[in-house]
Amino acid sequence: MKMTISQKIIAHHSGKDYVEPGEFVFADVDLALANDITGPVAISEFKKAGGSRVFDKDKIALVPDHFAPCKDIKSAELCRALREFAKEQNITNYFEVGRMGIEHALLPEKGLVMPGDLVIGADSHTCTYGALGAFSTGVGSTDLAFAMMTGKCWLKVPESMRFEYVGRPRPYVTGKDLILYTIGDIGVDGALYKSMEFTGEALKYLSMDERFTMTNMAVEAGAKNGIMEPDERAIEYARERGKREFKIFKSDEGASYAEVRTYDVSRINPQVAKPHSPDNVADVYEVAGIAIDQVVIGSCTNGRLEDMRMAAEILKGRRVHPEVRLIVIPATQEVSLRMLKEGITEVFLEAGAVVSTPTCGPCLGGHMGILAKGEKAVATTNRNFVGRMGHPESEVYLSNPAVAAASAVLGRIAHPEEVVKI
Amino acid sequence: MNLKGKAWVFGDNVDTDVIIPARYLNTTRPEELAVHCMEDIDPGFSKKVSKGDIIVAGKNFGCGSSREHAPIAIKGAGVSCVIARSFARIFFRNAINIGLPVLECGEAVESIKAGDEVEVDLERGIIRDLTAGREFAARPYPPFLEEIIRAGGLLEYVRRGGVGRV
Repeated sequence: MKMTISQKIIAHHSGKDYVEPGEFVFADVDLALANDITGPVAISEFKKAGGSRVFDKDKIALVPDHFAPCKDIKSAELCRALREFAKEQNITNYFEVGRMGIEHALLPEKGLVMPGDLVIGADSHTCTYGALGAFSTGVGSTDLAFAMMTGKCWLKVPESMRFEYVGRPRPYVTGKDLILYTIGDIGVDGALYKSMEFTGEALKYLSMDERFTMTNMAVEAGAKNGIMEPDERAIEYARERGKREFKIFKSDEGASYAEVRTYDVSRINPQVAKPHSPDNVADVYEVAGIAIDQVVIGSCTNGRLEDMRMAAEILKGRRVHPEVRLIVIPATQEVSLRMLKEGITEVFLEAGAVVSTPTCGPCLGGHMGILAKGEKAVATTNRNFVGRMGHPESEVYLSNPAVAAASAVLGRIAHPEEVVKI
Repeated sequence: MNLKGKAWVFGDNVDTDVIIPARYLNTTRPEELAVHCMEDIDPGFSKKVSKGDIIVAGKNFGCGSSREHAPIAIKGAGVSCVIARSFARIFFRNAINIGLPVLECGEAVESIKAGDEVEVDLERGIIRDLTAGREFAARPYPPFLEEIIRAGGLLEYVRRGGVGRV
């Protein structure tokens, strides 16, 4: 029987030759992830259920990133719970402040996720790792407690939707724009319970960082996972960073899809998702001119080195608009260090931006840039729900890093070409 | 088991950021989370809602973040059950895993008005709008989920040796 890449990885991890969409399985996980918000709940469920030792200390990753460095006493208690559990269980992959990063940028960077892996995480953006050809999906804290005890997770085998991207992207059109365009097309529940399989010749123009951005936001269309068949670039990334062997899975010719959609990326402009939904998408031209108070460049969606390079290219030799606060948050320590070595940090600081230590921070309205009532922000993050970055009456526009940087310079939403031409 | 209470009606795509805003996620205590349940979409919800009441919502209820704090806050606020046209997948599994009943039923969602007295027969998947005198059948759970629900959640299911059978 023909299978998609997602079916194959699930079958491989549940000891079966074939799995069918709709079938329930208990799958073995290669890695189970939690953070400072979801981890403490999982730990308490683990203890309540009588858990004593985790199934494998090397296959659990605990990353304090959401409120860390801790913003208040309560979040310090959450981080302490995570730290103490990591110590008690001798967890190999616990990443302390100063060595950590935003989980979904950090784990691939550290070589902890390999093609063909099955990864679950108590964070909805766990779907990010699909760019490496892994099946990865977000779950809750109880699921994670269960995985820490048993090494398994219950999964309903998803149907797949296939998205084919053809053509060559225009300047300043990135993976972020392709995924925003796609979410705009199918809606925030357009891929509910399904796997989004991204394919097509256009993907070869995308860096790994851009591909992670695409799979990262699959959850914004309701998907269970986003996935790409690993090509040479993905395999090279995995080999350079990974410490273990891996298996490449590809969808069979003639595998069954709930739907196939094709997009000519050469016709797509930079995209902006307007308040208050990631599917409320428009061409940047339609929203150019909206005055803003703050710009955030960072997050598990767009806080990687390529994102920083792209923003710095726009900001080099320019100043942030006097009425705008630009907050730059490198996703990991490594990104932070590379920015310093490449002179990117200097570009941001000279432009009048804040450069933070890695944290999820303002993306989810945690800290490091909360919006007041009525304020508007452009952010390279993933969600613009009501109250997401602060006051329920604040507004967030989602964009790629080049649009965000250009908007910071002009004090209003802008296409990067408006700035670069000046 | 029968659940009974007043209906609180919400629209489509109610996300976990409005169910429980992240600014309150620095605690894991259900009673603290419950106080802020639905705060950004219906201020004062936690004060207005009574034990046993039922949330009725449109499609994709619970989309967004994976925070289990969302179903915990709803359950903590005294809500006995959520009926929606569809659920976001992580919210759905979290609700099943922690034992908050969630039912999919488009017809009920279309028909039930805010404030209606609603009764749910969980065993049979029957939803009754007592105010309007109408009855609806919820989409049945797959047998696998039925077992987790009967056990009272995922970890109880494990304790009873559930995993070995799959």
